[in-house]
Amino acid sequence: MSTLPTSANGPDVPPIFHVDRRLKRRKIVNRLMEGVSTLAALLAVAVLVLLVGSVVVRGASAFNGAFFTQVASGDFLNPAGGGIAHAIVGSAVIVLLATLIAVPVGVLVAIYTSEFARPQVAGIVRLCLDVLNGIPSIVIGIFIFGLLVVGRGQAAWIASVALSVIMLPLIARSTQEVLTLVPLTLREAALGVGVAKWRMVIGIVIPASLGGIMTGVSLAIARVAGETAPILFTSSIAVNQISTDVSHALQTIPVLIFTYSESPEPADHAKAWGGAILLIGFVLFTSVLSRMLMSRMKRRLEGGARGELLGRVTGLLGLFRRPSA
Amino acid sequence: MDDTPSTPRSDLKPIQISERTRPGSSTRDIVFDVQKLSLHYGSTLAISEITVPIYKNHVTAFIGPSGCGKSTFIRCLNRMNDLVPIARVTGQVLYHGQDLYGPTVDPVQVRRHIGMVFQKPNPFPKSIYDNIAWGLKILGKKDNLDDRVEQALRKAALWDEVKDRLKSSGLALSGGQQQRLCIARAIAIEPDVILMDEPASALDPISTTRIEDLIHELKQDYTIAIVTHNMQQAARVADMTAFFSLDVSEGRRAGVLVEYDETTTIFTRPADKRTEDYVTGRFG
Ligand SMILES: Nc1ncnc2c1ncn2[C@@H]1O[C@H](COP(=O)(O)OP(=O)(O)OP(=O)(O)O)[C@@H](O)[C@H]1O
Ligand SMILES: [Mg+2]
Repeated sequence: MSTLPTSANGPDVPPIFHVDRRLKRRKIVNRLMEGVSTLAALLAVAVLVLLVGSVVVRGASAFNGAFFTQVASGDFLNPAGGGIAHAIVGSAVIVLLATLIAVPVGVLVAIYTSEFARPQVAGIVRLCLDVLNGIPSIVIGIFIFGLLVVGRGQAAWIASVALSVIMLPLIARSTQEVLTLVPLTLREAALGVGVAKWRMVIGIVIPASLGGIMTGVSLAIARVAGETAPILFTSSIAVNQISTDVSHALQTIPVLIFTYSESPEPADHAKAWGGAILLIGFVLFTSVLSRMLMSRMKRRLEGGARGELLGRVTGLLGLFRRPSA
Repeated sequence: MDDTPSTPRSDLKPIQISERTRPGSSTRDIVFDVQKLSLHYGSTLAISEITVPIYKNHVTAFIGPSGCGKSTFIRCLNRMNDLVPIARVTGQVLYHGQDLYGPTVDPVQVRRHIGMVFQKPNPFPKSIYDNIAWGLKILGKKDNLDDRVEQALRKAALWDEVKDRLKSSGLALSGGQQQRLCIARAIAIEPDVILMDEPASALDPISTTRIEDLIHELKQDYTIAIVTHNMQQAARVADMTAFFSLDVSEGRRAGVLVEYDETTTIFTRPADKRTEDYVTGRFG
């Protein structure tokens, strides 16, 4: 203590307001930073605009009534005829079944960790989910292939299982986050009228966070609708027929884009781009939908954890930015 | 809360004690017999050896400076502190002679007998009707549901204001209405005791008056324990008043019960100097 310099007001201390040069430099650095980051933001927007634009320009020619209602024509004389209805139906069936598997499991996992598990156990489960979320989808594809396809052959339900494995951590983690947004005061109110904890969870916590849960679900759906790798392993050798029979392989939009893009026939290329438009449109739709659901939940919980909510939701969306394999 | 009387106020008006008949002291039934109740949050002692009887059909107020453990104490009375994993209770809370913390006691059952109204109105994000009916349905009180909802809303002096919009959200009500809805929700399950933790602290004076009137009415049927920061409020509504304070001796900071007596006595002839300083606003 006694060795503290006593020159706090001494002569070698620079005068407080005499910093013109440094101030100037700081201003320039500030400007530079602002400019560079603005540029980066513009770039991000430009990439999206360019991507959507070029896909739409190339795929729009494929859009006609037949595109949505007919299956691949297989007619060598009229390659531009026919459509991708079988792939649309196949994708819908596979994703729907995957959702039906993943939602109950994912939501229950989330309920377990945020309502019932001890903190340490919850931490371990959370870590496992994060690791699962980070596993490339091609790895999940080959795992399910080895487990279910070998010896049995491809089937749409197996593709659904593979996609549900991808959806599970997304739904579980996003639901966990949303459950923590339900204010403690609301839980106390529920327990205060003398109901058991599971009643509180089912009757108050889940309904209050339904919008948020649906947000996670719809983002997870958007995420797997475009998954290709796991489906190549599990449901890619399909006939050109509209079918909802999940015991056979069904054609899907991503696989169709993949095969048509390698076709020598230019009309197939157009169909591939058309499929890409559909996928983009679907993602756009689910993004808007999830935003609406989330704001609905926010309104329902009005007066609760209002301020931090937006920040938490932004963090939640980060979960879905996984590199696609 | 910065409206605690932590600064000396010389211009304080003498507190008005409302004129009313107090239940004769000879016929008091004890609802809660709290014996040497202490609570630790982790290793920190929050309240120390509180011993206090709470009488049937009385309004008992708990007053004291911020942080002295009033909420902690009142939440022990219906085992709400079970929700705080680090909270540990010692001592006894005898409810009609039964230890609430006994090994065979189910906290869910406890809360059916001992309802609670919280500081911040916390209606469920459901309709006004369902705010009250939800608990009733689960507790198996499904007969005459409409009647029960209406009666609860009437007792909480809210019926006339909401009878035409029972299906609209409870969150669409004003703060004072929301709090009365929460009181109705607590009344509906027909508890024996209602605990209130600063029920009017988030409300404007008119809503506060309504809640206070309500407490007067409810006293006929219920035993009420109320925490309040507002001494005038304690003087207006309570039959008995307990003054809590922070004991900082021996290097600890724990809430202790300084004095417990009839409200009139606490506010006019307190036995303890600390109580006198607090109720006259000289508390530093
Ligand atoms: N959940 C908790 N975990 C740890 N400590 C807590 C918890 N709740 C309260 N405490 C501590 O216990 C002490 C008493 O708090 P309590 O809320 O009971 O005081 P109070 O008298 O109700 O205060 P106020 O008048 O401000 O509401 C405080 O020091 C507080 O920090
Ligand atoms: Mg308190």
